[in-house]
Amino acid sequence: MNYLRKLSAINHITRALSITSRKNSHFSPLTVLSDDELMMKETFAKFAREKIAPKVREMEQNHKQDPEIIKGLFENGFMGIEIGEEYGGSGLNFMCSILAVEELSKVDNSISVLVDIQNTLINALIAKLGTPEQKKKYLTKLATSSVGSFALSEPSSGSDAFAMKTTAKKDGNHYVINGTKMWISNSDLADVFLLMANADPSKGYKGITTFILEKNMEGLSIGKKEDKLGLVASGTCMIHLDNVRVPEENILGEFGKGYAYAAGFLNEGRIGIGAQMVGCAQGAFDATIPYLLERKQFGQNIYDFQGMQFQIAEVATQIEAGRLLTYNAARLQEAGKPFLKEAAMAKLFCSRMAQFVSSQCVDWMGGVGFTKDFPQEKFYRDSKASTIYEGTSNIQMSTIAKIIRKEYSS
Amino acid sequence: MSRVLVGVKRVIDYAVKIRVKPDKSGVVTEGVKHSMNPFDEIAVEEAVKMKEKKLASEVIALSVGPPQSQETLRTALAMGVDRGIHIEISGKDYEMLQPIHISKMFAKIAQDEKCDLIVLGKQAIDDDSNQTAQMTAAVLDWPQAVFASAVEKTDGGLKVVREIDGGLETITTKLPAVVSADLRLNIPRYATLPNIMKAKKKPIKKLSAADVGVDIKPRIEVISVEDPPIRQAGSIVPDIDTLVSKLKEAGHVK
Repeated sequence: MNYLRKLSAINHITRALSITSRKNSHFSPLTVLSDDELMMKETFAKFAREKIAPKVREMEQNHKQDPEIIKGLFENGFMGIEIGEEYGGSGLNFMCSILAVEELSKVDNSISVLVDIQNTLINALIAKLGTPEQKKKYLTKLATSSVGSFALSEPSSGSDAFAMKTTAKKDGNHYVINGTKMWISNSDLADVFLLMANADPSKGYKGITTFILEKNMEGLSIGKKEDKLGLVASGTCMIHLDNVRVPEENILGEFGKGYAYAAGFLNEGRIGIGAQMVGCAQGAFDATIPYLLERKQFGQNIYDFQGMQFQIAEVATQIEAGRLLTYNAARLQEAGKPFLKEAAMAKLFCSRMAQFVSSQCVDWMGGVGFTKDFPQEKFYRDSKASTIYEGTSNIQMSTIAKIIRKEYSS
Repeated sequence: MSRVLVGVKRVIDYAVKIRVKPDKSGVVTEGVKHSMNPFDEIAVEEAVKMKEKKLASEVIALSVGPPQSQETLRTALAMGVDRGIHIEISGKDYEMLQPIHISKMFAKIAQDEKCDLIVLGKQAIDDDSNQTAQMTAAVLDWPQAVFASAVEKTDGGLKVVREIDGGLETITTKLPAVVSADLRLNIPRYATLPNIMKAKKKPIKKLSAADVGVDIKPRIEVISVEDPPIRQAGSIVPDIDTLVSKLKEAGHVK
């Protein structure tokens, strides 16, 4: 009898195994992309290689993004990757935005941050929360000609975003906005601003509301560009709001829900920054290894030293780990599954990883790595912002710990 | 208005470092990056420009090759070509294909599709044959305007500026004709993301060599493929006399 029961148990296991192996053929590795995604990745890489790479040095020296490149980004559809075709976008999936940011970051992180914010924050917010009129008015512009900016931080509120002082007072069917925003990327180029202001301070952060502003609105002025350590060509400015009258139709989503939207949509932005840092690290790495295979010291290639090989293996493994964290978070988002913890982990890890990798690359290049004639020092400086913007590393860790506590508390 | 047939070939990407297979039977293609032959991109651009100027009613792209040639056709479609035709030939059969076979296929398709202009890249960067355009014209008994650096429509046909050793030669030709694109003919456009997505809806017709009635029996046999000899270091000589005697020693000068 026991023997018969064992038989049926074994059959059950073999059946389960064969079902599993059949099922597993549907799950592809994270780094295996669909045919469409591969084609898009190649398109992004080609544009970056042929159009952006030659201008990187010039843009860095002039502290300005090349208008021809910005035009090219729009013309090639890179600024409206997930926007629907009915609005002039490319109608692609989130992973394509991530691939765009990664490929562009291998060449220039100032350009990639522009594309990242446009796609993962601005377009995503309006596409998800916009009324049909708002979508019609703004998505086409954002896909074809207008740069967007996300205005949340202020001189006295960064991580403590909800302590913002910018107010929006109702006046008839308008809101009058007063205040100052700071650290706003793309603001020198933007036509469209998604701005958070408190429209009911008596309710605390539950009065924060998202408004769509346009550059030509009276009372809106852009301050001078910050003089930064990295991402130098990307314009980061203050925005001054002096009795700016915004029609109430320009409220995006619900009144008083701005705090939730900011928190919610920044999660996708985090995956974007993960991708940016994977690209940054990869770009630095790709620029360095060929040199190591050619430069000789003590009669052999730098790469031939075992100590170097160990460091190279370490760095390559870190980049791969960062890529997998980022891709998995992106796929979770696409699948409609919870991804907040994974997104925070991707940004936390990749921002630190890119600093480690780019620093190693500067070291490996030796003296020339310390000069502006070689690309490594730019990757090194550009990577520093990533532990600060779109949620500091401390905020990421707080978020992760909060979610873990919930997981273990039910 | 013309109906234009454009040829596109899937070749190893120009930026890839070519490696010879250890058994000397050919070059390594497995896992290597491939893309559209650069001169074919220029040909596609010229044809699409003609359509935009309303000089052509339809542009058809033809590619002969393995299943992956479909990707090359998709790129052409994303650049503005209307539809694609893929003659699928793979493996050993594909490796032994020569311009003589390809030109007969192009001639047949041009006749079936009633095209009156064929635009090809002047040569493919893998075999550098520079024969297909010329042979296709001969098979069809059409005039040929090869190494084109400028193409203009005239009342009677085309005016083509050709890049030749001595400089630039301008010829006129009636239609139908075969044109091959040289480097300076135009700068090919980028396939934008929206156009790549639109291209997915454009049709690609699949055919076999038998369907077009072309015998693809090989005409040549590849004996071996080897790297060119590694460049030797030179040497510095003190004066002209030593130079001349060294040249005489090496047999370069009598």
